Amino acid sequence: MTFMQTKDLTIQFGGHTAVDHVSFTLPEKQFKSVIGPNGAGKTTFFNLLSGELKPTKGEIFYKGESLRGVSAVDRTRLGIGRSYQITNVFPNLTVFENVRLAVQSKSKIRYPFWKSAHSYHELAEETHELLKQVLLDNKAQLFASQLSHGEKRKLEIAMLLALDTEVLLLDEPTAGMSLEEVPAILNVIHSIKEQGTKTILLIEHKMDMILDLSDSIMVLFNGKLLADGTPGEIMENETVQQAYLGGY
Amino acid sequence: MELLINIFVNGLATGMLIFLLAAGLTLIFGLMDVLNFAHGGLFVWGAFAAVWTYTATDSFMLAILGALLTGVVLGFVTEKLIIAPVYGNHVQQILITLGFMLVLTEMIKVVFGPNQLAAGVPSYLAGSFEIGDVILIKYRLFIIVTGFVVFALIQFILKRTKIGLIVRAGVLNKDMVQALGIHIKKVFLYTFIAGAALAAFGGALMAPYSGVVYAEMGLEFGILAFIVVVIGGMGSLPGSLFAAILVGLAGSFMAYYVPDLSLAVNMILMAIVLIFRPQGLFAARG
Ligand SMILES: Nc1ncnc2c1ncn2[C@@H]1O[C@H](COP(=O)(O)OP(=O)(O)OP(=O)(O)O)[C@@H](O)[C@H]1O
Ligand SMILES: [Mg+2]
Repeated sequence: MTFMQTKDLTIQFGGHTAVDHVSFTLPEKQFKSVIGPNGAGKTTFFNLLSGELKPTKGEIFYKGESLRGVSAVDRTRLGIGRSYQITNVFPNLTVFENVRLAVQSKSKIRYPFWKSAHSYHELAEETHELLKQVLLDNKAQLFASQLSHGEKRKLEIAMLLALDTEVLLLDEPTAGMSLEEVPAILNVIHSIKEQGTKTILLIEHKMDMILDLSDSIMVLFNGKLLADGTPGEIMENETVQQAYLGGY
Repeated sequence: MELLINIFVNGLATGMLIFLLAAGLTLIFGLMDVLNFAHGGLFVWGAFAAVWTYTATDSFMLAILGALLTGVVLGFVTEKLIIAPVYGNHVQQILITLGFMLVLTEMIKVVFGPNQLAAGVPSYLAGSFEIGDVILIKYRLFIIVTGFVVFALIQFILKRTKIGLIVRAGVLNKDMVQALGIHIKKVFLYTFIAGAALAAFGGALMAPYSGVVYAEMGLEFGILAFIVVVIGGMGSLPGSLFAAILVGLAGSFMAYYVPDLSLAVNMILMAIVLIFRPQGLFAARG
């Protein structure tokens, strides 16, 4: 049984086909990157996986079950968590409250009937652990709106980690970050990878980062899956070279 | 001086009653993005349920409980049958809730008869305190204190409980809350029921204050609550408290000094706020 896969996944906006018959497989615990030029359909592909968009055609399977008709909320509850390309935190809640909301949601999903498992104190403790992990523990009481862009992205990752889903869909976690802020995020992603418990799909434009992290890479171009293989295979693939990697 | 204090206390008490109605309305709008013009209908049902229970049992406590129960049941039914089918569509919401408001008003006449009912004050809240020259009517003070207690209670729930955190987050961004795996529709239902219960509670407190209850009072107070929500900022509880007190005081001072303007003053307040701060005085969404 394949952990996660799509068959002929397609979505059209008006006449434009943003994702075009994409069939891919994602084995459990693998780190796969999604690359492709701007407008290739990467974010749209994520929106289809997470259930925010409904495909025009095709199917998504998770642990052997079709996700057709499964809402975005329920996909998160099944174990597919995502972060967004555009920063997405609750501006008027504190940093602490942002993460605590995710922690409390996870414990509700895990232990719907076991009240004692999520006492306020335990939730708070877990929240602080996560904030430490992304180096935001000294900003816990600030409003999320007071954080720098890079810090907001770290906060998002902390929220995603709080959900502790088996699958992480990361949409350009370093987008819009200053150069000094990138290593901190990179370290967090590295440490998640090293724990070896997650299946990760990462959209990125920074090739050095992708080559460093990925077990496999898939290339989208005009909505189509152009290639899918190990980093070595992708770097040598001539079609990919012409279409996208020209500069590398 | 005595006169000023009395007008002030009067306005404050009226403001608190409006606040009870507006509190639910503002949360329902802020969280669920629902324009509920039937909210006044829940208020008037609470008022009649309280008066009916009070007449039958002679217990003010049971009257309040009866109103709350009516609010909860009506809130549940309204959310399921009227609101849930029109999530996300403001025009449909306005049409169907306005229609339902009329139904609720007419049903009052069917169930309780077409005439207004007299409402009494329980003996322990009747009468007044005299401090020097100033006479303070007990029941009005009771309403004011109750209003602040309810405000503090809701603030506590919003700031200190798990569901409160979900509600505050939902006001800011519903989609994000769902992306965290939280079934926000369930939270919508709870919020709506709580708002309905608060409205019914407001109606129950209103009855002894005004001395009579009549079917159309839901419409009148519903409009005031709506104005308050717009002035205070949709989704903001402190905004609603502030605006409700403002509207209550403005109404009571105007009624004394410029009675001709006392109805228009709320509209004027709302227009001024809409011109200079269209998001309301205390906008919840930054
Ligand atoms: N909701 C939508 N309605 C209409 N068109 C859309 C919608 N979402 C995406 N598109 C279009 O689909 C195409 C793919 O967009 P998408 O955001 O998936 O690209 P991307 O690969 O993530 O690009 P980038 O690297 O810039 O983030 C674009 O042409 C975009 O304009
Ligand atoms: Mg994108």
